[in-house]
Amino acid sequence: MKGMRGFVRLEKRGGVSGTSVLPVTILSVLLSLAFGGIFLQLTGHDALEIYGLMFSGAFGSAYGISETLVKAIPLMLAGLGISLAFRMKLWNIGAEGQLYIGAFAASWVPLTFPDLPAYEMIPAMILLGMAAGGLWALLPAIPRAYLGVNEIISTLMLNYVAILWVDYLVFGPWKDPKGFNFPLSAPFSEAARLGTVGNTRVHTGIFFALIVAVIIYIIINRTKWGFEIRVIGESEPAARYAGMDIRRNILLVMLVSGAICGLAGMTEVSGITGRLQPNLSPGYGYTAIIVAWLSKLNPFAILLVSVLFGGLQVGGYLVQTSGVPASVATMLQGAILFFVLGGDILTRYRIRPGRGEVA
Amino acid sequence: MAESGQTNVLILILATAVTAGTPILYAALGELLAERSGIINLGVEGMMLTGAVCGFMAALAFQNPWAGVVAAMLAGGLVSAIHAFLTVTLRADQVVSGLALTIFGTGLSGFLGKNYVGTPLPAPFSAKPLAGLGDIPVFGPIFFQHDPLVYITYLLVPAMWVFFYKTRPGLHLRAIGENPWAADSLGVPVFLSRYLYVIAGGMLAGLGGAYLSLAYAPSWLENMTAGRGWIAVALVIFAIWNPVRAMVGAYIFGGIDALGFRFQVLGVMVPPFFLKMLPYIFTVLVLIVVIGRNRTARAGSPGALGMAFDREER
Repeated sequence: MKGMRGFVRLEKRGGVSGTSVLPVTILSVLLSLAFGGIFLQLTGHDALEIYGLMFSGAFGSAYGISETLVKAIPLMLAGLGISLAFRMKLWNIGAEGQLYIGAFAASWVPLTFPDLPAYEMIPAMILLGMAAGGLWALLPAIPRAYLGVNEIISTLMLNYVAILWVDYLVFGPWKDPKGFNFPLSAPFSEAARLGTVGNTRVHTGIFFALIVAVIIYIIINRTKWGFEIRVIGESEPAARYAGMDIRRNILLVMLVSGAICGLAGMTEVSGITGRLQPNLSPGYGYTAIIVAWLSKLNPFAILLVSVLFGGLQVGGYLVQTSGVPASVATMLQGAILFFVLGGDILTRYRIRPGRGEVA
Repeated sequence: MAESGQTNVLILILATAVTAGTPILYAALGELLAERSGIINLGVEGMMLTGAVCGFMAALAFQNPWAGVVAAMLAGGLVSAIHAFLTVTLRADQVVSGLALTIFGTGLSGFLGKNYVGTPLPAPFSAKPLAGLGDIPVFGPIFFQHDPLVYITYLLVPAMWVFFYKTRPGLHLRAIGENPWAADSLGVPVFLSRYLYVIAGGMLAGLGGAYLSLAYAPSWLENMTAGRGWIAVALVIFAIWNPVRAMVGAYIFGGIDALGFRFQVLGVMVPPFFLKMLPYIFTVLVLIVVIGRNRTARAGSPGALGMAFDREER
């Protein structure tokens, strides 16, 4: 037989060894940073200086750490939301749109009823933000459940629609008449703002993320529903054979997944901007996909990894001052996912040099 | 006179549908190649962006849009090779690897193109009406008064159809996507072919991106593809993996895109944000209708699409 059989030969390991996952992940991240460093060096930058700048900017001062946490909060929530869908092998790529729709619905409360007291305002915003995010995710879930329409494309397409919807509102009917024609809604009343920690911009949304992480952990590991989600994710035929209602689970999981992403939108407008505005998210919904995958869908790992990626975001903004485009952060995110994917192979297979001929 | 004015507007819309559909068509043809070999590549958006920026930079440096085409195809091929390595050799999850490629390509293109935002392209592709064909009433202005990259698709689409259905390598390609184990046992080089078609697909996606930055809107803007890569992925499903249907579909999508621009001409008062939503909403609706109405859409998909090939198990 002729032709290339692959450069290496992969032998399946008996099982995934739990202890090798963490070092392999760390190694993968380090390798992607090395790759990014080579790229920076080749494009005429001082890689070490830039990495140093990114790291010290994100983690080197109290202010840096607080800003890193600010960016981590939406990543945590969106990552948790995504992880629930991914657990069932439902590719919810629509977190970005669900975040925007959540932000829109949450904003509706203070813009329509500015005089509500905080104890009514905040719960109403949470409720509406989550409901809207959930329903937005349900839109692609219904054709997925009943017709088998690929949810990757439909969830992603709806991101553009959601962002344009928010643009329409803030450029049009919701534009603040006193806002000097800027595309911003009127500012929310004080009652619609989440409290902050000390003098920082870190808001109480971080506690929402912690609570959601615990809830998701319990759902996945301690409930019958979580068991069903895991079984369907592992093998749909097996789940069907066991009499599980796959259709209902698709709808339910997407609803909850979208609701959590919607909550991320609510905390952004309530905790950070204090109004509805365009460009609410620099792509949190997409970064959260990487966060969820890197965390192996473990809710507590998602909290930690979100902080690292929040730092990457902050570092990316900072290095702009030394002439490096902020997109370097996005590029590194992609590279990290590549290397982690490649690294996963190390935990599943033994790599032997040579050709993959059948022995 | 009013009637001929409306006819002119209609011809203008249809002509714009062809140019607006061309970048999506290139990308969809590329994705078609990859998926026919059994590999889903969701990195189309990233490959298009990489192609768009590299094409723009090369066209600017060499003052020649063809240099841009070459650079875009090389760049698209290069980044798609990452996907090929991960999914073919390392058997990584194709969905996640494709998403990584989209994110990587978005960042890479933003990084490379930072200093080119707002730079005009002095020598973009321009419309060259074809002698004879361009003068045909109605059809001429719709199909034959465009730039050379549009004309290339008129040759590429039938060539691809012939390749798929009338040649031996085309048969092998379909076999690999349908049942790589059977193809392998017949001596078809599965690994090599999958590499080849994924990379060829990346080159076409890069070219599709470059069409935007060299011909459609000759400039570089971050994220200028605006979801067209994803629309191309949807288009492949709509086309039931058939290049001719992909062409028809691309023009329909191009028409929706063009409608957004041209609605104002027709005097329709709709906020521009809603017009911009049209292609995305339309994509979702088309997927629902196509898959909902005829199950052939699923039956038409390559049997082993998304499956890693491993000789030792199946």
